[in-house]
Amino acid sequence: MPRTIIPFGPQHPVLPEPVHLDLIVEDEKVVEARPSIGFIHRGLEKLVEKKDYVEFVYVAERICGICSFIHGQTYCQAVESLMNVAVPPRALYLRTVWGELSRIHSHLLWLGLMADAMGFESLFMHSWRVREKVLKVVEATAGGRVIFGSCKIGGVRRDIDAQTISQTITELDSIEADIAEITKVFINDRSVKARLRGVGVLSRAEAYDLGCVGPTLRASGVAQDMRSLGYAAFKDLDLTPVTRTEGDSYARCAVRCDELLQSVRLIRQALAKIPGGEVAVKVTGNPNGEIIARTEQPRGEVVYYVKANGTKNLQRFRIRTPTFANLPAMLHLLQGCDLADVPVLLLTIDPCISCTER
Amino acid sequence: MAYLEMSRLALKWAMKRPPTTRYPFRPRHPIAGSRGQLDLDRATCVYCTACAKKCPTGALFVNRPNKKLAIDRLRCISCGYCVEICPKGSLKLTTSHGTPAITRDREF
Amino acid sequence: MTGEANIEIITADVLLGKVRALRDQGYRLVQIGAARLPDSMELTYSFDRENHLANLRLHLPLPEPRVPSISSIYKCVLLYENEIHDQFGIQVEGMAVNFHGNLYKTAIKHPFASLKAPRASPGTQPKPVGPPKTATT
Repeated sequence: MPRTIIPFGPQHPVLPEPVHLDLIVEDEKVVEARPSIGFIHRGLEKLVEKKDYVEFVYVAERICGICSFIHGQTYCQAVESLMNVAVPPRALYLRTVWGELSRIHSHLLWLGLMADAMGFESLFMHSWRVREKVLKVVEATAGGRVIFGSCKIGGVRRDIDAQTISQTITELDSIEADIAEITKVFINDRSVKARLRGVGVLSRAEAYDLGCVGPTLRASGVAQDMRSLGYAAFKDLDLTPVTRTEGDSYARCAVRCDELLQSVRLIRQALAKIPGGEVAVKVTGNPNGEIIARTEQPRGEVVYYVKANGTKNLQRFRIRTPTFANLPAMLHLLQGCDLADVPVLLLTIDPCISCTER
Repeated sequence: MAYLEMSRLALKWAMKRPPTTRYPFRPRHPIAGSRGQLDLDRATCVYCTACAKKCPTGALFVNRPNKKLAIDRLRCISCGYCVEICPKGSLKLTTSHGTPAITRDREF
Repeated sequence: MTGEANIEIITADVLLGKVRALRDQGYRLVQIGAARLPDSMELTYSFDRENHLANLRLHLPLPEPRVPSISSIYKCVLLYENEIHDQFGIQVEGMAVNFHGNLYKTAIKHPFASLKAPRASPGTQPKPVGPPKTATT
């Protein structure tokens, strides 16, 4: 049977970020997908040679627009444990709250994109309408909508006063009601089920072997969540990883919907328990040594490897983002699928290509 | 059940007002504490150059002998580092987005 | 947030045996990272099982660093190994899926291989903007 090569991307309506795939197609069935990335490669790992380790928080935050806060937080955590800085507990709780808000906005963004990939544009608009409420809360507490700018080495830069905390908790109630409303559509709607059920099945062993992380792995039954490592304030909050067993795109969508509600509960717990005190400590000196820090981004486990040699510039800074680990799974899922399922399969791992190619 | 969820949502929002504001025909209510454009108060500035040294993008230029303070609007990322470090409090982040910058010239 | 990285320093000839042993114990691959040191290329392989990290470290001699591929043990290393080849110029022998340098499209080949940041070519510097010729506002 003759084969056709269909180029997909870098510009495509369903892609949030540019990636190029050459799809080798045999009469509407995709036989192989060859990726080609590098459209958004900015060489940020090499920028450590120019920016000192304090300023680099700004660069780390701007690696990605969707998962920006947790990048900044992980960088601060890595350098702080390298320099043995004891971050005050209030700052840890504030970072947890902002991290979970970041997770909510990222999952709502993904739900909208998934609806758009299926052609369900009105649901896409509703998801982003709810996301606007979350971004307003973030802007009131952190100052920026997308780039929070609130982490620094030694703590956080701003505090949230008691009045804003109570306003946030009230706003969370209305956000939770809206989330429950739209996730009901994602879980129960017949056309959503027809597009997502049975598409892109990853068995438990396959998902583990391919090195998947995050909701992609949890939807196949492996209960792995880096938040159980207990960084920031997670050691004081109770958290069970959300899992499903079917491993298809519907399960991945359902895991993210459940994680939205889990994050709202975590924020409520954290805001109820938040201790008083200062929000930052002064940090002097230069880091020395090497360390690996891992946190849970909305897309999975992110690994930061930081190596310092006592000068104010870091020697080596390497990030392994969750999409980098999930891309082989996506390429595996694309083999043998229908051409019409390609947008759904691309989005089902929640690709964040600007993280992948920093 | 299957189609009812979306129809319920669609009907509810068909009856309600849209959640968006028809800006600029209606006024904008900025959120307090939002980081917008940097405001320079030259009356209280002592030209100590601390802000220019701390700026991560190099958007502030201070000429101490001639007593000149300039900002490149296109480079400013509204991070607020200069606001924290200024000893006299002459830099503030307002909540407005400011007028769009059309050239790369520095603003004196 | 695991800090104290238990790093085992090995040489390239025992790499495959060690990786196979880790795979048999149920570890999954977390990352392969490369760093350019002044006189060698350093590779770190990280593996994880139930939140416990195990790391292997290799030092490869310059100028032509070579390392065997572990794609026969872990199928998913294609992106890591192609990336260290494209960015650092490390020759990985026996890759199952080999993009021959086409994964990352950069203007300069192997941009991270040298210790200093590569200089941008003259055509990419922004030209200084003069005053606007006609007053539009």
